[in-house]
Amino acid sequence: MKKTKLIDSDGFRRTVNRLAHEVVESNKGGENIVVVGIRTRGDILARRIAGKIEEIEGHPVKVGTLDITLYRDDLRGKLDQPELHSTEILFDIAGKFIVLVDDVLFTGRTVRAALNALMDIGRPARIELLVLVDRGHRELPIKADFAGKNVPTSIKQEVKVLMEEVDGEDGVFLIDND
Amino acid sequence: MALKSRHLLGLDGVSGEDIQLILDTAVSFKEVLERPIKKVPPLQGKTIVNLFFESSTRTRISFELAERRLSADVVNFAASGSSVSKGETLKDTARNIEAMKIDMVVIRHASAGAPHFLSKVVASNVINAGDGAHEHPTQALLDMYTLREKHKTLEGLRVCIVGDILHSRVARSNIFGLKTMGAQVSVCGPATMIPREISRLGVPVYHRLEDVIPKVDALNVLRIQLERQEKGLFPSLREYHRYFGVTKERVDRADRPITILHPGPINRDVEISADLADGEHSVILQQVTNGVAIRMAVLYLLGSSN
Repeated sequence: MKKTKLIDSDGFRRTVNRLAHEVVESNKGGENIVVVGIRTRGDILARRIAGKIEEIEGHPVKVGTLDITLYRDDLRGKLDQPELHSTEILFDIAGKFIVLVDDVLFTGRTVRAALNALMDIGRPARIELLVLVDRGHRELPIKADFAGKNVPTSIKQEVKVLMEEVDGEDGVFLIDND
Repeated sequence: MALKSRHLLGLDGVSGEDIQLILDTAVSFKEVLERPIKKVPPLQGKTIVNLFFESSTRTRISFELAERRLSADVVNFAASGSSVSKGETLKDTARNIEAMKIDMVVIRHASAGAPHFLSKVVASNVINAGDGAHEHPTQALLDMYTLREKHKTLEGLRVCIVGDILHSRVARSNIFGLKTMGAQVSVCGPATMIPREISRLGVPVYHRLEDVIPKVDALNVLRIQLERQEKGLFPSLREYHRYFGVTKERVDRADRPITILHPGPINRDVEISADLADGEHSVILQQVTNGVAIRMAVLYLLGSSN
């Protein structure tokens, strides 16, 4: 197993800063922006992005957490049933500009599930997708509006995102499983 | 994370981890029930049949809502007016329904053990919605969920089940489940309504409410099943109420608020006084709401693994 560091902790911080600035710029300030992260790690990243937008714009930004377990297309046939957690979006998303946040964009199936889940909660004005790493290999017509880093990968490789809140350090690694 | 069994036939022998998993999963479904669109897709394409050989309103509606909110297709079967009244056996009924390609069966039956029998003759997941005086696991799970919601933990919680323990599947399932989760369970009722074998379950027995009320955090008041009282187990409803009716006056003598549960339907001013049933420490309607979330959790956990 070979482990290559793609982003170190300083790079991680700079990437989050840049992404937050891009969101603010493309939304022209973004009074109406709410940030929703996909469990797990997308939610932590979402809190960081929202914190940064607050810092830049000086107004509070609401953050929610989305659990997509019930919307997965591979729920059946999985030997190990994924643990179900709660969705915590404690505000009305109707009419809002949602920035949907995940750590890694891969097949696009997670994002598809997240879009369906959001639509069941309310009718946002717009949803944009923000990811830390886009590793390619899409199976659905989905693309990120804001991507921290595009990484060409082979299907056998694994992209691992570590975050201080749960892993003790920030970083992105490419893992070769042979 | 998945349940150890493919069926939910009772809480006797179900592990603490499995009960914990069901209760935790129900928390997520309770959030779904608060949404404007109370429907999620995990059981899309699954067909569930509700086989009710005994009449029921709330349990059947609760199961049906839970099934529909998980996007399952639902078929209802009531014994009256069906092939059962033409003499068909349970096995044949079940086999025939299963031949129509169903995935899960929810069964209520007047005979104890009917769901267990069914689980051996059909390939579907079987959920017991009450079998005779044996078990009613989803009711006990929703009682435990409601108690946990109110008191934060079941560990060490003191719960007394009051009333007709002899005929009560709710009491039995509660005793098994609560004891597994570390609660202290006792029962209280007339001697004629307490089964003699109860001591084998390790449950203290009281015959006077006055003796037990000072020692508990919650009372689970069972319904006097008027339809099962031909045997004269107590002289009259009025007398039952005088000695075993849970009233505000009796409960107020305790030095702390006591949570009041009741599986419904209530006989007002028989086993419970109306003011108490509607009072601030009553969680009777929360039980009904939580019932849908618990049943969604059970159906989801059984139906989406395989």
